[in-house]
Amino acid sequence: MSMLKSLMNTARRRSPWLFHANAGSCNGCDIELVTCLTPRYDVEQLGIRLEASPRHADIIVVSGPVTRTTCEALETVYGQVPNPKVVVALGSCPATCNVFAGSPTVVGPLDRILPVDVYVPGCPPRPDAIIAGIAEAAAILAGDKPRPVHNSSQTSGEGGR
Amino acid sequence: MSPVIPLGPFHPALEEPYKVEVTTTGETITDAEITVGFNFRGIEWLAERKTYTQDIALLERVCGICSNVHTLMFCRAVEKIADLEVPARAKFIRVIVAEAERLHSHLLWAGVACNLIGFETLFMTCFSLREQVMDVLEGISGNRVNYAMNRPGGVNRDITDPASILDAVRTIADVTAKQLIPVMTTDRTVRARCSGVGILTREDAIAYGAVGPMARASGLATDIRKSAPYLVYDQLTFDVPVRSEGDVFARIVVRALEILESCKIIEQAIDMMPAGPIAGGLFLAVPAGEAAIRIEAPRGEVVYYMESNGTDMPARVRVRTPTFANMPTVRVMAIGQGLSDLGLIQASIDPCYSCNDR
Repeated sequence: MSMLKSLMNTARRRSPWLFHANAGSCNGCDIELVTCLTPRYDVEQLGIRLEASPRHADIIVVSGPVTRTTCEALETVYGQVPNPKVVVALGSCPATCNVFAGSPTVVGPLDRILPVDVYVPGCPPRPDAIIAGIAEAAAILAGDKPRPVHNSSQTSGEGGR
Repeated sequence: MSPVIPLGPFHPALEEPYKVEVTTTGETITDAEITVGFNFRGIEWLAERKTYTQDIALLERVCGICSNVHTLMFCRAVEKIADLEVPARAKFIRVIVAEAERLHSHLLWAGVACNLIGFETLFMTCFSLREQVMDVLEGISGNRVNYAMNRPGGVNRDITDPASILDAVRTIADVTAKQLIPVMTTDRTVRARCSGVGILTREDAIAYGAVGPMARASGLATDIRKSAPYLVYDQLTFDVPVRSEGDVFARIVVRALEILESCKIIEQAIDMMPAGPIAGGLFLAVPAGEAAIRIEAPRGEVVYYMESNGTDMPARVRVRTPTFANMPTVRVMAIGQGLSDLGLIQASIDPCYSCNDR
């Protein structure tokens, strides 16, 4: 049993799969995330890949200040990612709402809705910073790094965590 | 009853959240209903409650792909109301940045389209070529996205190393002409997936008010750079590629040829760029007035309307983006097509939902 557990932790450390949710982002962060997959940065050599279905993912990467219309879908998607899962806030928008703070159609920042584990600041962050953020998320996933403390008002998703 | 298949808002093949509900008979699409608004951040509302200086940063974030277009539009609207003179060198720098942005936007789109076709190698080629454009933009502005180049009355940064830009642009034109275009136009996979798919007839393009490469691929020779030249486009020589087929393949060809034209424009602009200041002096306030501006963004015509009332905040900023004009054409293009072509048909308008929803 412990061997299986250590194998799973290795897999989580070495091969985390991402699901990307755009919660009202301007595309800047999203395109930079795609850029990470391409030859110059090539994040796939680290075993990281962008996954199409949330049910196959380990890490959920959220960009954008979380608009009213995406909020519910975001919670649904978060619930569909199996435990253990790590939430990465990509860019300044999910961290602080950035220039969109105060808009009546924005319900963010993201930590009001989901428990955020890793923040990657920047508008948009450089691909190197995104890769560093994902590597940190993988370390949290494998239990190498402690998870930050979250407040209790956030959604716990399907079956808690 | 025909089954209705909902796609979205978080869909695996799409970068941005939006929802399509397609009605099908077998594999054939008989109707499509598109829901947008997931990216609605209330930018126009916010713009009326921020000062002009803050609005530049806000409007830059309408769209992360054509961010320069939005600050350019806003600054030109302020310049028109306040009657500010822009130095000649600043106009050339604006053209160079705008065309570099068109290069990276079209290469990005070509990459995404290849990915949807299933042609992974070409996707990687397009994106590695795009990195060279990003280097040019980073060299000019110091940032890969959101360049913060424009300000009312000029630009913020000068071009200090024109030789490196020329080098990069020549490489891009070379690789596009010798690798990308031959592969995209002759490869059987690309042809099989794109030829005759998602046809928008010339009549429909006029009826739905399609703009930009969409309209040009359907036989309409519309380009604001030619029909209502702004900045220094009237001094530059370039062609407007037009195709008459109106299918996805024609859109690929139009955008690929536009990459070459943009390279040509940048080379000319760097040669013709005069020495001199890059921005006018400080100005104190924007007087009351209104201005309407339109320019040719990578995706087509963008229209800005701005009204000022003499305070430090604009009274109204209206943004109308090309995706807003092109979106309704998806329905007419999708009907009668196979379900598996829907993603490609949608992507072929080069949709930018953050522009569309604002």
